[in-house]
Amino acid sequence: MGAGHAHRLYRHGHSPVHALPPHTKLAAAFAFVVVVVSTPREAMWAFAVYAVLLAYVARHARVPAPFLLKRLLIEVPFVAFAVLMPFVAEGERVHVLGLSLSLNGLWGAWNVLAKGTLGVAVSVLLAATTELRELLLGLQRLKLPPLLVQIASFMIRYGDVITDEMRRMRIARESRGFEARGVRHWGVLAKSAGALFIRSYERGERVHLAMVSRGYAGSMPVIDEVTASRAQWSYALALPCTALVVCLLGWAL
Amino acid sequence: MHVPDGFIDAPTSAVTGVVAAGALAVSLRGARRELDERTAPLAGLVAAFIFAVQMLNFPVAAGTSGHLLGGALAAILVGPYTGVLCVSVVLLMQGVLFADGGLTALGVNITDMAIVTTVVSYAVFRVLLAVLPRGRRSVTVASFVAALVSVPAAAVAFTLIYAAGGTTDVAIGKVATAMIGVHVLIGIGEAVITALTVGAVVAVRPDLVHGARGLQQRLKLRVDGALVDAPAPTAPVAARTSRRTLWVTGLVASLVLAGFVSFYASANPDGLEKVAHDKGIDKNARKHAASDSPLADYGVKDVSDARLSGGLAGVIGVGVTVVAGSAVFWAVRRRRTADASPASTLNTGV
Repeated sequence: MGAGHAHRLYRHGHSPVHALPPHTKLAAAFAFVVVVVSTPREAMWAFAVYAVLLAYVARHARVPAPFLLKRLLIEVPFVAFAVLMPFVAEGERVHVLGLSLSLNGLWGAWNVLAKGTLGVAVSVLLAATTELRELLLGLQRLKLPPLLVQIASFMIRYGDVITDEMRRMRIARESRGFEARGVRHWGVLAKSAGALFIRSYERGERVHLAMVSRGYAGSMPVIDEVTASRAQWSYALALPCTALVVCLLGWAL
Repeated sequence: MHVPDGFIDAPTSAVTGVVAAGALAVSLRGARRELDERTAPLAGLVAAFIFAVQMLNFPVAAGTSGHLLGGALAAILVGPYTGVLCVSVVLLMQGVLFADGGLTALGVNITDMAIVTTVVSYAVFRVLLAVLPRGRRSVTVASFVAALVSVPAAAVAFTLIYAAGGTTDVAIGKVATAMIGVHVLIGIGEAVITALTVGAVVAVRPDLVHGARGLQQRLKLRVDGALVDAPAPTAPVAARTSRRTLWVTGLVASLVLAGFVSFYASANPDGLEKVAHDKGIDKNARKHAASDSPLADYGVKDVSDARLSGGLAGVIGVGVTVVAGSAVFWAVRRRRTADASPASTLNTGV
C-alpha cells in the first residue's frame, strides 16, 4: 500500500486530458472505438487518420510514445492469430513469394489488426490518464449499477492484497523446496488456490464487518461529486466526432 | 480468449452487449439473494481471487503452462449469480484498465466467458449432484465434469457468435474444429485443477462451498454421554432449490436431445412433409420466407457435416427458445409484481 494508490498503467500528469472528468473520457473512448469498429475495412486511409488522431491525443496528454508502444504489446498473442488468417480463409487466392494467400483472409487480418490495435491504444490512453478511483466514479456517473461499481472497486482495491497473498504462498512453497514442474504437482498448486479462496472469502467477511461497524448500509457515500461542464464534454467528444466524420467519409468514398 | 475490437462486427457486438447487460441485471438481483447485504465486499474479494488465480500458472510439460479460466470454479464456490458477476467484473476491469479484450467486444467476452461457462458448468454440476450419491467425493467429481464441459461450451458459444458476426470468412467448420479441439484440451486441465481446488476447499471449509451446502453434518450434542441431534436450523429455501433442479434438468435434457440425439434422428422428412410430397400437395407451397436464414432447414449454413450441423442448429434453437420463453415469463412476472407492489408499498410506507 506504500506505493501510492494508483495502478501500474496510470501515468501521473497534469495535462488537459488528465484534467477531464472521467466519465467524459470513458464516453469518448467508447464512442471512438464504436466508430472505429464500424468503419469499412477497405478505407485504409481512415485508419491512418484515426492513428494520427490518437497520436495527437497522446501528445496532448504527454504520454510518451515508447510507453504507449510497450503497452501495445499486450495484443501480441492476437497478432499471431491474425497472421494465420490469410492461410485458412476462403475465397480468391493470390500468390506472394510462393505462398498461397486468401485475399479475403488478407483483408480480414488487416481488419482485425487495425481495429484491434486502435482499440488497445484507446484503452491504454484512457488508463494512462485516468486514476483508478476516478475511473470507477466515472463508470458510476455513466449509470452503471452502483452495486457493480462497488464490486469492481473492491476487486481493484483488494486485487493487490490477494495477489500479494498468492506471492507469499509461492515463496513459502519454494522455501520448502517445492518446484512445480509438471502435471504431478497440480495437486499442491490447487491446494494453494483453495487456501487462497478461503483466505479471500474470510477477508471479505472481515471487510464487511469492518464496514458495518463504520455505518455501511448498502451504499458507499460519494464524497467528491464530479460534474462535467458543457465545454469539457465538447472537448472530450471532439475525438469521437472527428472520427465519425472520417468514418462517414470512409463509407461515402 | 479475450476477443479484441474489430473481430466481431458492430451489430453482433451490440446484441451480445444487450444479452450481457440483461444477464448482469439478473445476476445482480440473484447475488443479493445469495449474499444479501454482504454482496459488495464478498463478491469484490471473490473477483479479486478469480483475478489472482488466473495468474497462477500450472506447468503442463516442459516449458508450457496453462492457467485457470475460473468460470466453473466461481460458479461452484460462490453460486451461479455471484459467479457470473465476479467473472464479468474481472473481464470489465481487464477491458477498461488493462486493455485486455476490446471495449466494443465486452459484450462478446462477457457472454462467452462469464455467462456461458458459469451457467453451463453450474447446470451440469447441479444435475450431477442430484444424480450422484451424497458425499464429498461426488462434489469433486461433479465439479470435474462441470469444468470439463464449461470450456468447450464457451468455445461453441464463441463459434456461434463468430458465425453470426465474424468479420473474416473463415469457414465456420474450420473455426469450430480449431476452437473446440483446442478447448477440449484446455478443458481437461481446467477440470483437473477446478476439481482439486474445490476438493481442497471442501476438505477445510465445506460451509463456504456454495455447491456443497447440503453436505454439512448435523450438529450433534453430547448429553449425559449420549449423542443427540441438535435442533436443526430452519431451512426455508428447500422448495425453491428443488424447483430450480427441475428447470435445469429439463433444460439440459432438451439441449442433449437437440444437440446429440438429433445426430441420430431420421433424416427423412416427417410424416406430414412426406405425405404432402407424395400427394403433390406441396407443389405450390412457396419457399418459406426464412429459408435463407442461417438456420433454415435445421442446419447451420457453412457447416458441411449434416449431423454436426443439425446438432448445432438444435442447440441454438433450444437456446433461443429458452431465452425467448424466459423473457416472456420474466416480463409477465414483472408486470404481476408491479401490479402487486403498490399495495405493498402502501403497507410498508405507513
